[in-house]
Amino acid sequence: MKKVYAHPKSLKRAVFHYCPGCGHSIAHRLICEVIDEMGLQDKTVGIPPPGCSVFAYHYFDVDMAECAHGRGAAVATGIKRACPDIVVFTYQGDGDLAAIGTAETIHAANRGENTTTVFINNAVYGMTGGQMAPTTLRGMKTTTTPYGRDHVIEGHPIKMSEMLAPLEGVAYIERVAVNSPANIRKAKKAITKAFQMQLDKRGFSMVEILSPCPTNWKMTPIQAWKWVDDEMSKIFPLGVYKDVTEQKSAD
Amino acid sequence: MPKVLMDGNSAIGEAAIRAGCQCYFGYPITPQNELIEYMATHLSRRKGCVFVQAESELAAINMVYGASVVGARAMTSSSSPGISLKQEGISYLAACELPAVIVNMSRGGPGLGSIAAAQSDYFQATRGGGHGDYRTIVLAPSSVQELADLTIRAFDLADKYKIPVIILGDGVLGQMMEPVEFKQEAPAVLPVREGSLRGAKGRPSKIIKTFTSNPAELEEINWSLFRRYGLIKKQETTFETFMIDDAKLVVVAFGIAARIAKGAIRNVRAEGLKVGLLRPITLWPFPDEAVKEVVKNVNHFLVFEMNMGQMLEDVQLSLEGKGEVSFYGRPGGVIPTPSEVSRVISRLYYQKGLK
Amino acid sequence: MLIKTLFAGFGGQGVMSMGLSLAEAAMLEGKNVTYLPAYGAEVRGGTANCTVAVSDDEIASPVASSPEFVIAMNQPSAVKFQHHIQSGGLFFLNSSLVEADIIRGDIEIVRVPANKVAEDLGSPKSANMIMLGAFIKKSGLVELQSVIESLKRILSTKKKLIEINEKALNAGYNLF
Repeated sequence: MKKVYAHPKSLKRAVFHYCPGCGHSIAHRLICEVIDEMGLQDKTVGIPPPGCSVFAYHYFDVDMAECAHGRGAAVATGIKRACPDIVVFTYQGDGDLAAIGTAETIHAANRGENTTTVFINNAVYGMTGGQMAPTTLRGMKTTTTPYGRDHVIEGHPIKMSEMLAPLEGVAYIERVAVNSPANIRKAKKAITKAFQMQLDKRGFSMVEILSPCPTNWKMTPIQAWKWVDDEMSKIFPLGVYKDVTEQKSAD
Repeated sequence: MPKVLMDGNSAIGEAAIRAGCQCYFGYPITPQNELIEYMATHLSRRKGCVFVQAESELAAINMVYGASVVGARAMTSSSSPGISLKQEGISYLAACELPAVIVNMSRGGPGLGSIAAAQSDYFQATRGGGHGDYRTIVLAPSSVQELADLTIRAFDLADKYKIPVIILGDGVLGQMMEPVEFKQEAPAVLPVREGSLRGAKGRPSKIIKTFTSNPAELEEINWSLFRRYGLIKKQETTFETFMIDDAKLVVVAFGIAARIAKGAIRNVRAEGLKVGLLRPITLWPFPDEAVKEVVKNVNHFLVFEMNMGQMLEDVQLSLEGKGEVSFYGRPGGVIPTPSEVSRVISRLYYQKGLK
Repeated sequence: MLIKTLFAGFGGQGVMSMGLSLAEAAMLEGKNVTYLPAYGAEVRGGTANCTVAVSDDEIASPVASSPEFVIAMNQPSAVKFQHHIQSGGLFFLNSSLVEADIIRGDIEIVRVPANKVAEDLGSPKSANMIMLGAFIKKSGLVELQSVIESLKRILSTKKKLIEINEKALNAGYNLF
């Protein structure tokens, strides 16, 4: 009989603490599958963020070093520079990467650090209870934008993939989503490619994942998954923003 | 090796390289720029070594964190305002029991302050500096030679106790040139600390973390930190005494101020005043036992600092109400002269009826 | 004995290298020495100065509030530092550029036409070494030979520059 499912070797046998319908567990699993398939389990150091995925080290069966909010790209730089043979990935949320850690992210990307970033964009601060994120959509209600995000006061949803792609140190950037089987398959391909860029020493690689957060969006999982297609991906279009192996920037 | 004339900042750089420092991450700020420049020139050219000019102090200290995670000897340097920015990372390093060397060539504050030498970062350095209940070892050199020697010791202490070590200098120490001798060569093979994360090859995967949702677990982490701090206090407390055997008055000062005080003590000794010096070399752990020892024979203390009385509190705590403590301080980056301090000592000496 | 010397002038006059050469020479003679440059924004585009302390004992402070010797290579430095010199000290003035009257009567004034001598020598940029030579002779702080040695260490491979500087040093030294 053909084997269609197996528990990834680098995914610990722990029960996820994530909410039903949350994208984190899917993203975790995809990364583990890629690590297995590329044979990287014993040479990888992962950097989880503060936030809902602070416990990522309970799930990833690779070496993991927690770091301060927003500093993933700097910590990854330190690790990779000191030990270039290690495969380094950061796992960062939108507040982490696009607010408090914007400077670290931009400069690591600009230096062309051979590191991989998995950027979970769910348009909200999850663990702290649903406050506005830099990626919160206009009009979207959060606990700190109770009347909806007003761009005059709170600014616009920040588009990190679009911002980072033009930087010369960036090798690969793709925005994907994990809200449907087809999108999940694409996401895995993107993560594979991002790690490959690192192995080939091409520079900074990032996969931005639009990830549902039903709890803080106040939706059912199915509504949330649909909302990613109907609303979120209009502001954050899916696709490849940079791929140096394609020699052109697609958008 | 014969002596070379070198500024304090560069001497730290050279000493760090000889201590096997593999990674330096920094950000320019006066008065420590000679150090980042020295590392850019010399460390970056060494095999297996890393120099990165970071985009901020925050980034620099977190790069140090990353390098320490993989077991490399790593350092960063800055001056007061930049050190404030590094406190986040220092707290994490302390929590994760990761070694690192952090140089503070401190300047006048608060705020942007001035680039002149000051000692106003004593509290910040000796009380942990960032959030949480932790300490860092703090070394206070008072000459270029000692900057070099203590840099090497800083790397050894950091590794030995898995703790961030602060070298607390000041603008004058960083900028001034003095003859310095380097007693050891750089190691041929760079050290890799045991227990570092380099991928789970042939062993289960490991986690370096600070966060726990279990307060009891956190409490145990803190207990264990403080057990180690107790050990450090017992084994590493260092100080210098100068002419205290027959002293009726003992000046307590550290770093550049101690050096000025020494000059002042020589002046007043020439006039027959019996004055000595106690110079803490480790500011944390503070040599409180040494102070307790001195007060057995001496009743009068003069604490002299280039701030408005920070180490003063440690001296008072050590004395536990015994003895009589006076204070002389100059804040804001003004460097007192030995003759000025001589006058302060003489005045006090006569006022207290010690003659 | 502790002797402090302050060198001051415009940026570009080689004030720092005068101090550095003296400090290196003192080190070569086995003396305790400190060299402290003025640093940061205060030296950008304006005057430059540095202090050298030489002593047989440990040096307490590298800062000179009242130096024994002051070398003023330009007019602003002469004005600024004449009041700092210790009573009985020596005040070296680059008389090619300093016109100011010195009002203090308790110090000895040594006028050295450094720029003119340097020009006559065919190396106008070496006015600092003319002055340093004169200073060594008058102050007796270190041996001339030690300064020449220190130049060789500082300039190492730049043979031509060593030659020019050594010539200027000697010229200054022989003025007195």
